[in-house]
Amino acid sequence: MAQIRIKNVAKRFGAYQALHSINLDVADQEFMVLLGASGCGKTTLLRIIAGLETPSEGEVWIGDRRVDHLAPRDRGIAMVFQNYAVFPHLTVFENIAFGLRMAKMDNALVTKRVERTAELMHIEQLLKRYSGELSGGQRQRVAVARALAMEPDVILMDEPLSNLDALLRLEMRAELKGVLAESKTTAIYVTHDQVEAMSLADRISVMHQGRIVQAASPIEVYRNPAARFVASFIGNPPMNFLPATSHGNGQWSVAGQTFNGPATQKPLEFAIRPEDLSPADQGLKATARVVEPLGAHLLVTCDVEGASFRAVLDSDLTVRPGDILTLAPQPDRIRWFDPETTQAVA
Amino acid sequence: MNARTLPYLLILPVTLFLCVFFIYPFVLVAQLAFTQGDGFTLANFREVVGYWKFPISLKNTLLLAAIVVPIQLALSLAMATMVSKMEKGRDLVLYVWTIPLGISDLAAGIIWLAIFEQSGFLNSMMSGMGLIDKPISLLTYEHPWVIFIAIALAEIWRATAIMLVILVAGMGLIPKEYYEAAEVFGASPWKRFLKITLPMLRPSLQTALVLRVILAFEVFAVVIALGGSLFPVLMAETYAYQFDLLNSGAAAAIALIILAISIGFTLIILRLLRVPKGATI
Ligand SMILES: Nc1ncnc2c1ncn2[C@@H]1O[C@H](COP(=O)(O)OP(=O)(O)OP(=O)(O)O)[C@@H](O)[C@H]1O
Ligand SMILES: [Mg+2]
Repeated sequence: MAQIRIKNVAKRFGAYQALHSINLDVADQEFMVLLGASGCGKTTLLRIIAGLETPSEGEVWIGDRRVDHLAPRDRGIAMVFQNYAVFPHLTVFENIAFGLRMAKMDNALVTKRVERTAELMHIEQLLKRYSGELSGGQRQRVAVARALAMEPDVILMDEPLSNLDALLRLEMRAELKGVLAESKTTAIYVTHDQVEAMSLADRISVMHQGRIVQAASPIEVYRNPAARFVASFIGNPPMNFLPATSHGNGQWSVAGQTFNGPATQKPLEFAIRPEDLSPADQGLKATARVVEPLGAHLLVTCDVEGASFRAVLDSDLTVRPGDILTLAPQPDRIRWFDPETTQAVA
Repeated sequence: MNARTLPYLLILPVTLFLCVFFIYPFVLVAQLAFTQGDGFTLANFREVVGYWKFPISLKNTLLLAAIVVPIQLALSLAMATMVSKMEKGRDLVLYVWTIPLGISDLAAGIIWLAIFEQSGFLNSMMSGMGLIDKPISLLTYEHPWVIFIAIALAEIWRATAIMLVILVAGMGLIPKEYYEAAEVFGASPWKRFLKITLPMLRPSLQTALVLRVILAFEVFAVVIALGGSLFPVLMAETYAYQFDLLNSGAAAAIALIILAISIGFTLIILRLLRVPKGATI
């Protein structure tokens, strides 16, 4: 059993607070993805779990052991580093075998394990090379193979596929998910690629400026963002926002239109995903500014009462810049945010 | 100025300097060693090698190097590791540890003579503690091993810092991430030293060892100060041929023998600590 529990973990680098009171539970065998913009503290959190950084406050538990005072090698983890850290003085084979050799595994077993993992990552023909003779993407796969070869209870991966081309990445992603599910490994996977996050995760933790703003299943994060940041970060393009004023009785006026909403008097923000809009007789009046055909869809950037507003429409439609569209939001997909607390309001 | 010729033009002064003050004298020395009166001969080499003191001085020189260099290697590695782990005061410690570098080898010999001689610190300390009744003379032909130890200590004290500074610089070049990866994958501190530090330090180890081994074969002033003629070494023989016996041919021959030994060991060190192609940081 290797569930991970992070309790009130904070990290300060001098005066700079990189992490604010992080609480996170990762269940045994769960695939947890940490998603967030560059500099939000993903690597720092991972390094704290690995033991390469000591938390300024809080506790880290793996299984039923408190580990924050244990050395990294006593925590039963394997890690893929963001900068790979593939040993330059060892061949690819010896790199992948490194952890197994440290664990004094039998030689024949090491060879078998290394060859199998290398095959999985499509680097079996590189085993005799040194890292100086590899491309960035190959080096990255060596780093992943080195961690997988350990068959650890917990694997920590810091953007392990960031340097691969789109096709290989898609393939590796599927392989990785399969292997980790089969080996019943608990995984924490850092990425800033939301498609990757959606496709891999059992749960996604969205991080923002050193805090976890939402930890939920991919579809929940997508459909019901807990905070404005999540709504504006997830989705490509992300949600549209418009100011709303209350008429009372849960009636809200948005850009001259009336919608049903929460029964509060405070000013709120109305939010809708671009793909949840469709042309209709009744709806928001939008002036098209930029039209981008994307094959299956048409991405239209428009203007609604001075605010920028995007819609993903059927590509059969003909829209030209300057056209005035009437866009109806799908009523059950409308979300509301409190601009003061930035939290979602039901 | 043409970008292709400029580099050559810039290294020209140094090259000229080396030719005039190094290559040319070297050719002269070689000429001296291989001639006697008229024409080419190996007589000088036969003479110096056949002399009864040659095997002893060769043995002493090699023995001294064989004892001193490994100890210095171990010490400088340990010291460099400690310095590299320090966060504050690192420069200060490094300066203190490298003080002996600023002292000439003769002065170093004299300092250790002051410790070991009959009226020296060691004797005063031992009689002060009641270990001996009266001062004993340590550096005599009756205790050749005391002379050896004194010379070895003086050499270790004097020249470990040369290796230390090279190794500290080399360790500073090893990225921290490799230690972190090794740590996560189960390497103990000792294993990290063996599996990460040592292999990645090979270029610096090469430089430090080559420099130190060559210096060890040239040991002279410290030996003269502490052992005089009781501990013959190759360099002292060269001196004796040149200035006591006024035989420059023989002196040149023995100098060339020292050079050959140095080159031989340099090649061995470079070979042993070779970094495979593609395996550099
Ligand atoms: N050793 C350190 N000293 C000082 N500040 C640090 C240190 N390490 C990280 N930081 C700061 O902490 C913040 C979080 O860094 P972190 O590396 O965790 O970001 P990240 O989410 O992994 O970003 P990226 O996606 O770019 O890798 C950054 O603002 C960074 O500048
Ligand atoms: Mg990072």
